[in-house]
Amino acid sequence: MSPSTKVVGKNVRRVDIYEKITGSATFIDDMQFGPGLYHGRIVRSPHAHALIKNVDVNKALALPGVKAVVTGQDTPKPIGLYLKDRHIFALDRVRYVGDPVAGVVAVSPEIAEKAAQLIEVEYEELPAVFDPVEAARPDAPLIHPDLGEYEVVNFIFPEPGTNISEHFRLRKGDVGAAWPKCAAIVEGTFRLPQIQHVPIETHDAIAQWEQSGQVTLWTCSQSPFAQRDLIAQSLGISHGDLRVVAPYLGGGFGGKAGVSMEACAVVMARAVKGHPVKLRMSREEEFIGTTVRQSLVANTKIGCDAGGNLLAMETEYYFGGGASNEYGVNIARAAGYSCTGPYYIPNVKGDSYCVYTNQPIGSAMRGFGMPEIHWGIEQIMDQLAEKIGMDAAEFRRRNCVKTGDIILTGMEMPPVNLPACIDKVTKAIGWDERRGDSQWSPSAPHKKRGKGIAIMWKAPAMPPNPGSSAIVRFNEDATVNVEIGAQELGQGAFTVAAQVAAEALGVPYEWVRVSVPVDTKYSPYEWQTVASRITWSMGNAVKAAAEDARRQILEIVAQHWGEDPADLDIRDGKVISYKSEEEQPLEKMVVYGLPNENFEGWTGGPVVGHGKFMPTYVTNLDPKTGQGARAVVHYTVGAQAVDLEVDTETGQVEVLKIASAYDVGKAINPDLVMTQIEGGAVHGLSSAFEALQFDEQGRPLNANLVDYRIMSAADAPREIHGDIVETPLEDGPWGARGVGEHVMVQTAPAIANAINDALGIRFNDLPLSAEKVFMALQKKTRYL
Amino acid sequence: MTIHSITMTVNGAKERLNVPSHMTLLHALREQLALTGPKDGCSAGECGACTVLLDGEPVNSCMVLAVECDGREIVTVEGLTEDGQLSAVQEAFVEHNAVQCGFCTPGMLISTHALLERNPNPTEQEIREALVGNLCRCTGYLRIIQAVQTAARKRGA
Repeated sequence: MSPSTKVVGKNVRRVDIYEKITGSATFIDDMQFGPGLYHGRIVRSPHAHALIKNVDVNKALALPGVKAVVTGQDTPKPIGLYLKDRHIFALDRVRYVGDPVAGVVAVSPEIAEKAAQLIEVEYEELPAVFDPVEAARPDAPLIHPDLGEYEVVNFIFPEPGTNISEHFRLRKGDVGAAWPKCAAIVEGTFRLPQIQHVPIETHDAIAQWEQSGQVTLWTCSQSPFAQRDLIAQSLGISHGDLRVVAPYLGGGFGGKAGVSMEACAVVMARAVKGHPVKLRMSREEEFIGTTVRQSLVANTKIGCDAGGNLLAMETEYYFGGGASNEYGVNIARAAGYSCTGPYYIPNVKGDSYCVYTNQPIGSAMRGFGMPEIHWGIEQIMDQLAEKIGMDAAEFRRRNCVKTGDIILTGMEMPPVNLPACIDKVTKAIGWDERRGDSQWSPSAPHKKRGKGIAIMWKAPAMPPNPGSSAIVRFNEDATVNVEIGAQELGQGAFTVAAQVAAEALGVPYEWVRVSVPVDTKYSPYEWQTVASRITWSMGNAVKAAAEDARRQILEIVAQHWGEDPADLDIRDGKVISYKSEEEQPLEKMVVYGLPNENFEGWTGGPVVGHGKFMPTYVTNLDPKTGQGARAVVHYTVGAQAVDLEVDTETGQVEVLKIASAYDVGKAINPDLVMTQIEGGAVHGLSSAFEALQFDEQGRPLNANLVDYRIMSAADAPREIHGDIVETPLEDGPWGARGVGEHVMVQTAPAIANAINDALGIRFNDLPLSAEKVFMALQKKTRYL
Repeated sequence: MTIHSITMTVNGAKERLNVPSHMTLLHALREQLALTGPKDGCSAGECGACTVLLDGEPVNSCMVLAVECDGREIVTVEGLTEDGQLSAVQEAFVEHNAVQCGFCTPGMLISTHALLERNPNPTEQEIREALVGNLCRCTGYLRIIQAVQTAARKRGA
């Protein structure tokens, strides 16, 4: 650990701020493709579940300006990240309202839209199922009869002949023996609806398939390399011939991870070789035709002894994964191996299922299963504390997971400080000022005020071995280009890369440039910008690349001076010798090298540093018990507390203040961490009031920004407080671990706990709509 | 399809365009004048990413037909910067790190300019109301509101 740092830990300016503040930052829709550009339009299923009997494309093809129509017959090989279960265009059946059936390519968006309406599809409707518990029953309509034939990774366990695409089992201790020892037991069923990421930029992709077989895909993607891999596999393209270019993202939140509609664009481009084809999602398509957060039904039971020590937990998680679970299976797995939430519980029985439903495709969203499971867990913890008469914060301090605990999977908990996070948020929210205190009362007689707390944990959920790599190369004036495959989606990844490079090289931050866009043809490999893994994993790779470049520079200068590289250092962009006190500016020498004495030859050459990082220590888990030496790379933990008012006349909830604290190991840029904490808190608040709604046939009812409201400037809380705790991570750059997703994991249950504090009413189902709160208040008043 | 010949002043420069009847101001700016600062987030006047000033008033340019703008004055985010010199509002957004993905930023800046033109000293509530039509999914609005307050102070100074 370096004792003092010059750039790491400092609030330097974002590298992308000037581009973004002047409107010059290039997003996908800003890219120009010239007059050869064609436009694509997807024809979508109007049925939630049906067999495709016939697709007649003749009328569409006859329309002047239409260049091609593609269907499922053109894409027989399914695609997917963990489980290859998704047809790019539906082959023999449709599985949700919005399932792509055909793609039209035309010279203008207007003609493409008109042609899409001329495609005639004959369907035979099948019974549909929307609730994950119903869908998991043996007699449920089967959504993927071919489940047994799909390619699947070795840590996912589908159950062919059912709708269960993944079943993760966690068995620890003896739950049956523990229940009789419990002084308090609380159980409940908790439900969360599907919600959407709602990035302000909708998905957009442009694909071009050359006659030569070279393919380029321009896309707004968190995962240019994963997209290359999955599309190459599905369409039989060499990885070397498929180039994915990804400029800045207008928000991702997991919705632009993996592959969603991008493969459709590539298939459409294949039909019109030589022409770029643009496929841009409307806002309605963004809601139903890209991906959504999975729904969840959780049946959870937790017990503790009279002293407030947790003894046992039994839980079933049924994730409604939608029509394809290619990515979502790993959400159920993550929820399984983290099923206790951030608590040490000696006896655990957990079953986490990912279940096919006839709904939009569930996939990665900020939190990846954790907001879903914490919703129930964190409400039960409050109820247990109440039952045994212990303060809710104290109950959590006592039971929360601590460094060195052998957690539910048998893994030793890496260093974290969750009690410190609890202390920070209780202090910030004024936890001990309660009702009756004169300073703490509702703002009006018809309002009720309450406080609530919730804590969280989350590990990066990913394959055991996702890799990062980086290149650091110098320009003549000693400015530095950092090349990474990680993506900038607003979280500040590029700024972190620049800080890490500057620190490890010993050059001023202002000298560092980060290459944009990410381009799989030139950028070094990065698995995906997901799982809050980039600061940690990419950070390690950039640090290694910078150290490699630094070593090369010191060797050149040491040889030039006839000194030992160990006596040299780079500070403020100059090589210095602690021994001879000589100085050598980096300018020029990092490209041209240095002349030998009397110009008898030269030493050195262009400095290019390479670095990589890949965790090598994660083990698979026993499929029957979920036990194993190392389930995950690490966990990030945190706490939130809210102070809110409920208007008893309208049921409206107003959050007055939210306080958050996370243990990030080391804040590479504290202000960027704070922007994640603040933005995530509001995202979390908003999510508690959001729900995608469907009619009985599975047709979406609110796929627009009027009927699906996200929090606006008028709704956001007046006070958003954040604290950073730093318990270093052993293998993080300067001890850093990720925080981008954690910031909204426990927000919804913190609100529910505060509502209960205010009203004495529990809500087991999201969303917390004003109507639902109002009706519950009416019911309570009536029966009092 | 009727094509209309129109003249607009865009970011201080006179522009002559030939636009079809159905073309929105947003598409005319983006496709004919290569001003890609205003963004298309919903095409329905709900997200505010396409906000521009039309004769000094903020409008969702996705909801205005280009042909309606004949003879009128438009300012986009590109018009806020002169010779690389940021406006006070832009400087305040930088100072407060009020930008993450940056997609809502062009509209957010324009709405802020419009607010401060008509109300140089807005209260926090007035700022929130002025920005209610500009959705941001990243920042939680806190930094943006602080930036507007700072910009108001700087402009007043």
